[in-house]
Amino acid sequence: MKTGPAAILLAIGAYFGFVVAVAQFHGVSALALGLPSGAIATLAAGCGVAGAIWFLFANDQADSSAPWQVMAGLGVLCLAFGSYYGLFVAPPEQYMGEVQRIMYVHVPTAWNALLAMTLAFACAVIFLFKPDYKWDSRMEGAIEVGVVLAFLLCCQGAIWAKPTWGVWWDWDPRLTTTAVLLFAFLGILALRRFVEDPARRAIWSSVATIIAYVDVPIVYFSVRWWNSLHQQQSNPGTVSKQFWLPLRLNAFGILFLMVAFIMIRAQLATLRRKQEMAPPLPEVAELGEAV
Amino acid sequence: MLIAALRKELLLQWRSRTQIMAVFVFGATSLLLFSFAVGPNSEALRLYSSGFLWLGLLLSSTLTLAESYAAEMENRALEGLLLLPSDPRALYYGKAIANWLQLSMLGIALVPVMVVLYDAGTTDLLRLFAIILLGAAGLSAPGTMYAAMTSQARAKQTLLPLLLFPLIVPALLASVKATSLVILGDPMRQLTPWISLLAAFDAIYWSLCGLLYSRVVED
Repeated sequence: MKTGPAAILLAIGAYFGFVVAVAQFHGVSALALGLPSGAIATLAAGCGVAGAIWFLFANDQADSSAPWQVMAGLGVLCLAFGSYYGLFVAPPEQYMGEVQRIMYVHVPTAWNALLAMTLAFACAVIFLFKPDYKWDSRMEGAIEVGVVLAFLLCCQGAIWAKPTWGVWWDWDPRLTTTAVLLFAFLGILALRRFVEDPARRAIWSSVATIIAYVDVPIVYFSVRWWNSLHQQQSNPGTVSKQFWLPLRLNAFGILFLMVAFIMIRAQLATLRRKQEMAPPLPEVAELGEAV
Repeated sequence: MLIAALRKELLLQWRSRTQIMAVFVFGATSLLLFSFAVGPNSEALRLYSSGFLWLGLLLSSTLTLAESYAAEMENRALEGLLLLPSDPRALYYGKAIANWLQLSMLGIALVPVMVVLYDAGTTDLLRLFAIILLGAAGLSAPGTMYAAMTSQARAKQTLLPLLLFPLIVPALLASVKATSLVILGDPMRQLTPWISLLAAFDAIYWSLCGLLYSRVVED
């Protein structure tokens, strides 16, 4: 896979996601090429996510042409702009006040955590049909980054819930599902550490990932029947225009950072496996005979 | 082939029945210990009895599930079984059904302990046993699958609960809810959705694990 298409997709995503959004934020709508806002959002999100994933799959092996620093830099840039707009430009929310500003990292973290787990699931399914170890490395990277994001999500949720609901934790479907997801995928990482044979490790963790991922919607619905308090999901129709820009910028910032981290972890996983599968060094064998 | 695999598992279980007795004593002891966590408040104990029953069964299940592969690990017996001209799915379903029967027996055996300790009886034994059968099926399908992996890995005692417990949250939730509705009464008619959730969980994992099992045991 080449990096070129990823760059084109990212450029389209950046144009519609960033240039048009900033222009509209400041009251200029000529850059939108006459497209309705729904189409712009779909184009930006679709091209951005597709471009980032293409970039990931094109560059997560040792012989990659573009380094992870590109994605990390893009991510930091987006997060910096998004946080600036979120903290200083966007107005505070009417009922929750300044506390609501955590939404600008919380919601993007949630989207990306789910995206990372979905990537891991996709890699697991592909590995079972087409046993190429690069999918195993990608899956390990995606699970690791997804676990970190899910942990951050729980922490941010607790920080937000204390002043808003008055408690750190609540047995709400989305919270509980995130916690279950976090522990389920931590268990898979533990399984990977305790199995030495790379072939077995790859197959078993793929199977475990599929089983755990299928569980997510069931956990969600079961907890929803059990108890519910979380806010209803917002959509662009219920959220003021001034809230979108920082939210979307941060979403892409975290997405790019996530891709950068998955690239690093996947490359590390590949190197570690190569080391494991390498034949023992001849000097060691000769030494053994001499002794 | 499935019948032969099941017969083998049941025979093994029957011959190691002292082990099953020990697991039952373990489950009963854990039910006794849960009551110390709440204190001698009989009202609260009755309220939480279904949760304690299922937690006791869940803790016991990690022992029986791991044990179901102990014989297969000796003298590389699993490889011998896989060399037979048969589908590895028969091996999985044989083991899963045997584990299911064992866990159901264990759950039904723990009911009198629960009734005595927590004063949480019910006359609707048919429904209670049906819930135990469905809940045990939810434990045994992914449990048999994960036990196949963890019994060949390092740190198997830690790994099985670590993988299994987050996964069976929906089954545990539905079983506890349904059991407590049977014990404490069901004025709002909530029992049917919980039982259908449990049945859906069972259907999904009995089919999914059967599909994936051959990949786990065949290298």
